[in-house]
Amino acid sequence: MFDDFFIRALVAGLGIALVTGPLGCFVVWRRLSYFGDTLAHSALLGVTMAYTLELNIALSVFIISSLIALILIQLQKKTNLPGDALLGLLAHSSLAVGLVVIGFLTFIRFDIMGLLFGDILAVTTDDLLIIWTGGAVILLVLKLIWKPLFASTVNYELAEAEGLNPDRAKAIFTILMAAVIAISIKMVGLLLITGMLIIPAAMARNISDSPIKMVIYSIIGGLLSVVLGLFSSLEFNTSSGPSIIMASLILFILSLLNIKQSIKLKN
Amino acid sequence: MSRENNILVKLNNAGFKQNGKWLVEGVTLAVEKGKIVTLIGPNGSGKSTTAKIALGIYKNIEGSVEKYTNKVGYVPQKISIDWTLPIRVRDFMLLTENIKEEKIDEALSLTGVIHLKNKSLGNLSGGEFQRVLIARAICKKPELLVLDEPVQGVDYTGEIALYELIKKISDSLHCGILLISHDLHTVMTATDHVVCLNGHVCCSGSPMDVARNNEYKTLFGEQASQILSVYEHKHDHVHLDEGEIKKN
Repeated sequence: MFDDFFIRALVAGLGIALVTGPLGCFVVWRRLSYFGDTLAHSALLGVTMAYTLELNIALSVFIISSLIALILIQLQKKTNLPGDALLGLLAHSSLAVGLVVIGFLTFIRFDIMGLLFGDILAVTTDDLLIIWTGGAVILLVLKLIWKPLFASTVNYELAEAEGLNPDRAKAIFTILMAAVIAISIKMVGLLLITGMLIIPAAMARNISDSPIKMVIYSIIGGLLSVVLGLFSSLEFNTSSGPSIIMASLILFILSLLNIKQSIKLKN
Repeated sequence: MSRENNILVKLNNAGFKQNGKWLVEGVTLAVEKGKIVTLIGPNGSGKSTTAKIALGIYKNIEGSVEKYTNKVGYVPQKISIDWTLPIRVRDFMLLTENIKEEKIDEALSLTGVIHLKNKSLGNLSGGEFQRVLIARAICKKPELLVLDEPVQGVDYTGEIALYELIKKISDSLHCGILLISHDLHTVMTATDHVVCLNGHVCCSGSPMDVARNNEYKTLFGEQASQILSVYEHKHDHVHLDEGEIKKN
């Protein structure tokens, strides 16, 4: 069944959407979209490391992204630069270092477009295993830290005062972000992963009035985007990443129409 | 853990410094089961800081805190809900602990906001939100309640009713309460012990002791004397056993 590249891509994409849905909600709530970008940009370095040391790509990306997250936390403590400047510094310098390293690795043929924008042909059966087991672990851990993470998103001091240990939840969430980027990089590409996290969640925000609803709609939006995106990618011979993101953009626009209608009804 | 004397949280000579400036220092106080301790003092006197020290929100403190309970309900002074969060009152009630539906209803009814249960938190008025905050804190049946200006923005009649409710809760749950107010007047009747802060403990004792204290009078000026006039009115009668009233 997984012999067909398209079925593999579809199964991989659906697995990714199940994880990016809930994680993306937290990215929107905690205003972490640029943080996600930074981790994703640093993933290129992870990919080059994977090729040089013959490591698994997901594992290597996970290691580099977590490292970048740690460096960010240290820089935040030790400098007076604002957070967005630090993120920009790390995002672009790690992307630049990654590209330069690729330039040196002339003995390996890189598909740069595939790395940046995703490639459905690249998904192997091993990748499916990584996506689904990795995804299941990410979702399980997110469920375990849901209460402290959500409570501290609403109000840090309340969560701390009532004994929920929000700092630990935040640290774990950072690792989950690195993990989701690691498992989805082949499919969505490193320039567009943050879109996969944010756009379905933003769409869901438009049509939900409670956190749980937003998570559910965000998952559904992501699943739909993957299906629509991959079919059109096959049909029009476009990269998988941009096709999936465009599909989610269309869903987002539809959710805006829904708001307009409900406002009209109220008036 | 010694719980012989019912102490829930105890500050020993505690203080907190931020950016080289003491927010508050040398605070010693204890909150016991079933007792209400009130912190009063002018703006910037370190009331909220003291509460946050007691709650363990501030970590690098001077002195020490002994906390003997983890069942804590907290009503912070300032809290703003981000519009990016779709959250209704009932979701907010479940924020730090899972609570049965009927307990939620009970708490919201007590603070008079049961009709807002399915409303979005962002659409509440200041006073309504304050009532929801109090409901959330009491609904988990805490052993220690920390209330930082809990009735700000609540209308005057509501204010009195809420203080009565707080007193009732302290009696029925037998929990200890650390209450912050800038106004001794309204909390006087409910309070067992008052700590008057002004960067340090300037005086403490029973409400009457504090109201009579000279340092308190210098801090609060006219307001202080008004309290005395309210509480030191002459009794021209005494209550006898069988509900009889005898004129002096």
